[in-house]
Amino acid sequence: MIPLSWILILSAALFCIGLYGVLARRNAIAILMSIELMLNAVILNLLSIWRYAEPTAATGQAFAAFVYAVAAAEVAVGLALIVVIYRNRETTDVDQINLLKW
Amino acid sequence: MEMRQILELVTVLIPLPPFLAFALIVLFFNRWKRLSHSIAIGAMALSFLMAQFVFWTVVGWGGEALYEHPIAVSIPWLPSADTALEMGVFVDPLTAVTLFFVSITCLAIFVYSVGYMHGDPRYSRFFAYISLFATGMLGLTVADNLLMLFIFWEIMGLCSYLLIGFWFEKPSAYRAAIKAFLTTRIGDVIMLIGIAYLYAHTGTISFDAILRNEEVLHELAITPSLIPTLSVAAAVGLLIFAGTVGKSAQFPLHVWLPDAMEGPTPVSAMIHAATMVSAGVYLVVRMFPLLAAGMEHAVGTPPMQAMALIGTFSAVFAATIAVAQNDIKRVLAYSTISQLAYMVAALGIGAYVAAAFHLVTHAFFKALLFLGSGSVIIGTHHLQDMMEMGGLRKRMPVTFWTFLIGGLALAGFPVITAGFWSKDEILAHAWAHNPVVFWALAAGALLTAFYTMRQISLTFLGQPRSHHAEHAHETPWVMTGPLVVLALFALFFGFVGVPEDFPVLGELIHHNWFHHFVGATLGHAPEALSFNPVPLAISVGAALLGLLGGWLVYGRRPLAEGGVDPLVRWLGPVHTVLRNKYYVDEFYQLVFIQPTIWLAGAVYRWIDLGLIDGILHGAARLGELWGIVGRWIHRYIIDGGLVDGSARAIGAIGREFRQALQTGQVQHYLISVLFFLCTFALLYLLFR
Repeated sequence: MIPLSWILILSAALFCIGLYGVLARRNAIAILMSIELMLNAVILNLLSIWRYAEPTAATGQAFAAFVYAVAAAEVAVGLALIVVIYRNRETTDVDQINLLKW
Repeated sequence: MEMRQILELVTVLIPLPPFLAFALIVLFFNRWKRLSHSIAIGAMALSFLMAQFVFWTVVGWGGEALYEHPIAVSIPWLPSADTALEMGVFVDPLTAVTLFFVSITCLAIFVYSVGYMHGDPRYSRFFAYISLFATGMLGLTVADNLLMLFIFWEIMGLCSYLLIGFWFEKPSAYRAAIKAFLTTRIGDVIMLIGIAYLYAHTGTISFDAILRNEEVLHELAITPSLIPTLSVAAAVGLLIFAGTVGKSAQFPLHVWLPDAMEGPTPVSAMIHAATMVSAGVYLVVRMFPLLAAGMEHAVGTPPMQAMALIGTFSAVFAATIAVAQNDIKRVLAYSTISQLAYMVAALGIGAYVAAAFHLVTHAFFKALLFLGSGSVIIGTHHLQDMMEMGGLRKRMPVTFWTFLIGGLALAGFPVITAGFWSKDEILAHAWAHNPVVFWALAAGALLTAFYTMRQISLTFLGQPRSHHAEHAHETPWVMTGPLVVLALFALFFGFVGVPEDFPVLGELIHHNWFHHFVGATLGHAPEALSFNPVPLAISVGAALLGLLGGWLVYGRRPLAEGGVDPLVRWLGPVHTVLRNKYYVDEFYQLVFIQPTIWLAGAVYRWIDLGLIDGILHGAARLGELWGIVGRWIHRYIIDGGLVDGSARAIGAIGREFRQALQTGQVQHYLISVLFFLCTFALLYLLFR
């Protein structure tokens, strides 16, 4: 069996890639995708620890399934927001989306 | 390696090449058009060869032997706690036959697309999409359980959406894409509930474990479900049938298919005639043992009754609409709904083999007709209105003759076309089991022959009725070649299923191969009907009468340029109703879509603006009030120079700070979040 630490390292790497994407990309859709990547890293973390600690109970998987369902809803809302922003401001560049300030 | 192991390996590999082609084109070769289509066609050809290899090998074994020892291999896929969902392939006679026609029609359509899509700016992307689509269809065919089938089913749904909206610059195209996706989604969700329900009861979704196990079927058939009077088998059957209603465009979810004609014509041929819509019927044919579980003699189970009802109704309903359509592809779209309905109705009366037989022949001749109509569209520079065509017989001879063959097969022209044999078998069964279904289907056959002849006459006979038709030209060989190949199948495929006691021919061929081979899927081939001349005479009569009627109205005295369809005069308001498809779309608009929009508007106005914003505004209002009170206190109580001064200084600093931090840019905020998070984490690690 693959050592737990390997999977955790993979998950950490995924998380960092996602984090970098969120901070460095300017396209709102790319940022949303990066957020998904971070979320997946978290789920991977959750699942791997479940698998190594408590493999007989299906709770870990069930929880992950819930997270996925919620993530799907979140993507739907996020994309809808981006579409609305695009319709109003003709851009998905987050640098241009800066109305919410003092 | 043993033969069986080789076959297992090949079967597993069948859906893979098109998927690799999809990935390669999308990721690397999007820019190179010739390379893209070479990869796609090469991959499809590879799948074709493997599928044919599997098919011909198992044909050599024979149906019974394959039933006893199907090609089956599976691996645990989703281990969850103490059980695991398995993933694998499963080939029984029905799968083998489906592989046969799917691989042939897909390959023909791939080759044809080279000609049809020539010069399109998104040429490579088209080949990527249809490759992914082919993966979906081949994967669905070899899948050994319902969940895998569902996954491939949805892959096809996605491809269908992408390809209908392929020319998304046209508003009608993207609307059609969304409509198709949402409409089929209704059926798919109900079907998924059915699969989950089945899994909850049996703990398995493998075809092998459910459909070929008498005990499980019996258990399901006698267990009452949540709905009184329905057994679990019946409830699951009805739910799964809903998926078919969506995918195979049966009434009341048929509205997406005619609009789907906005996609490129090869797509119409492949997805909306030969394969994807057939997948819906394939599903119910596949699940037939479950649908028929607990059947008493003669009286069908509730799912079968539903299928008989919806199939019969859709067959006639769609055929009447097709009579009044002028768009060459829409006529074919409605005829597709009608022909799929024949299969559904056939299953509803228990004619298992007949339904499968019509599934195969229909795929051949309908793909042929669609590709022929695409050839006409290219030849006449994107003309689709049949009223503006005419006289193409001399100008596009290959297209004309192949289209004629396809049309005759659709109409069920006796003996020489494949469509006759399969349709006749359905009608013969209907005669034996259910007279109402029989007469409705016979009327549908009459209408089918009529609108087919109408279409052929309007398109190819008489004189050209427009400039573009005048200057039509034959299309290149990459387009006519597939037409010729499919025409051969549309003519001769029927001879594999000639009833043994059919006069003359039955004795000549002496072996109803299709019946024995596919019938063996159920374990024992169902009893073949004894030959009955009455339904045969009625079916031949309906086909010939319809063709003759179409010829008399449209062929003998061809329409002049700008002429009015004689049916408009004769049918009057009925024609208007038919041309507007019984106003089903308008009805849905009124009953489902408008109220939804109205509900969304109401929720926005009352909940969003009223309640949520109201709370926020209320809080703001409270804060403002507090501020007024505070200002009063400040002005009259703490109004001292020192206090004021220091407050102003802090305020100024605060303003600077706020303007530096609060930029309105979400990523700056995220960086500060990250910074503080890391700081706290560091502090925690240092001082815990």
